[in-house]
Amino acid sequence: MSKRYAMVIDLRRCVGCQTCTAACKSANATPPGVQWRRVLDIESGKFPDVSRTFLPVACMHCANPPCMHVCPTTATKQREDGLVTIDYDICIGCSNCIMACPYDARSIEHDPRYAYGEPMKSEIARFDPERLSVATKCTFCKERIDLAAVTGQTPGLDPDVTPACVNSCISGAMHFGDVNDPDSNISMLLAETRHFRMHEELGTDPSVYYIWDGAKA
Amino acid sequence: MSEARKTGDRVLPRQQSNWDARAAANFICGGAGGGLLLATALASVHGEDLRPLVVVALALVGAGLLAVWFEIGRPWRALNVYLNAATSWMSREAMIAPFLFASGAAAVLFNWPLASWIAGLLGLLYLYCQARMLHANKGIPAWRHASCVGMMVATGVVEGAGLLCAGALYWPGLVAFGVLLAVLLAVRLLAWRKYLASLRSAGVPVGTSKALNALDVRFVWLGHAAPAVLGVVASLGGLPLLAVLAGVLAAATGAWFKYTLVCRAAFTQGFALPQTPSRGGNNAGPGVQPGWNRIQPE
Ligand code: SF4
Ligand code: SF4
Repeated sequence: MSKRYAMVIDLRRCVGCQTCTAACKSANATPPGVQWRRVLDIESGKFPDVSRTFLPVACMHCANPPCMHVCPTTATKQREDGLVTIDYDICIGCSNCIMACPYDARSIEHDPRYAYGEPMKSEIARFDPERLSVATKCTFCKERIDLAAVTGQTPGLDPDVTPACVNSCISGAMHFGDVNDPDSNISMLLAETRHFRMHEELGTDPSVYYIWDGAKA
Repeated sequence: MSEARKTGDRVLPRQQSNWDARAAANFICGGAGGGLLLATALASVHGEDLRPLVVVALALVGAGLLAVWFEIGRPWRALNVYLNAATSWMSREAMIAPFLFASGAAAVLFNWPLASWIAGLLGLLYLYCQARMLHANKGIPAWRHASCVGMMVATGVVEGAGLLCAGALYWPGLVAFGVLLAVLLAVRLLAWRKYLASLRSAGVPVGTSKALNALDVRFVWLGHAAPAVLGVVASLGGLPLLAVLAGVLAAATGAWFKYTLVCRAAFTQGFALPQTPSRGGNNAGPGVQPGWNRIQPE
């Protein structure tokens, strides 16, 4: 069976610090206003029985991705290992994939934007005109995952080949690995916890799992 | 599920902002143009030379495509739109367009009835592709229901019949189609009720329900009851001006519905928690879906 990379996020541990958000911005040089990853803050319940949940979200790298099905150009593709990718050279910026994604994971920026109006040196150095007017989203840091094939390291275990957000998490809430391997770090974690996937009822088969409790007693 | 009391950044469904009035114009003009091609083919059995209406229909489809060309981020790569006919309804819509224009042009230039029929059928197919394009967008709850397809197709067909009736200004014989318009309006009304009922049972974002509720009453009376009565009276009394009024009302309210659907009611899915997690000493709690409700009739 081929690999299927997935992310497991332990909602019991996330403290909403947004370090993963910052790590993603740093790793991928996304412009202001574009967040491939972000952490949502949800309060629920009625006083005094209230709760607050921090929910990290990004592209779920769905196994049945509606964004790919609607894409008229084949710019959005799915790799053997489950990663959903966008070819910036083919994309026409029609936004159909944005409408199809139930996870608000994609964005299109038409003009360059800089944190303080005028570009800083670092922003000039990392500016990529290919990303203008095309769809962009979280890539699961695919360059790192591809590096694993060269170095023989294991994504999710070796930081060099693990998504930046997972590496950065201060509370150990985020995990990454091959969900098709029953002995992988994430398969074992899923086996011993209770979890859900976002909007599963829509049939997208997302590759991000959210742990909400320990195993049933 | 318990009520959400406060939500953070982009938890709530929000009106999509990537498809604006230009995209709506493609659904409005393309749908009306496709419907008019079909209506003109049907009406050609009446014996009138309706080729100017075919020209209007082609201009409408062309205007819709031009509007969308102005919307896409990389317009000079627009031909890439043909690369995914295997699964994309946008590709399929684009593939039909050249054949639609070619058959329409042949109908106009050579006055071939067969070309007119082919253009009419392609117009219907074009309409269907547009409807399926919306339906395939799982991220927009107001679009993804199967009943949205029926509503979009019914709207395009009604718009076509409406524009045909508006042609009674120049071809008074077209008043006869006022009755057909009334029948089609009844079908669109049924499709509208079915569409709302399916959204009510499945639940939708609050903003979607507000936008559609705001449309409902006026859409029913101004968009259906009034033009249906006018169409029937025009047909029975042989009154072209009434047929024109009926047609314009039917078409304009169709455009109003589509604009609402794309630019007012197209809220995103938002996020939900089937369970809130156990944290610290607290047990896991009930789930929450901020910003959602069921459409309540006003
Ligand atoms: S989360 Fe959205 S963008 Fe990512 S694969 Fe799924 S549908 Fe596509
Ligand atoms: S914006 Fe690009 S990736 Fe998205 S559907 Fe259009 S062509 Fe495909």
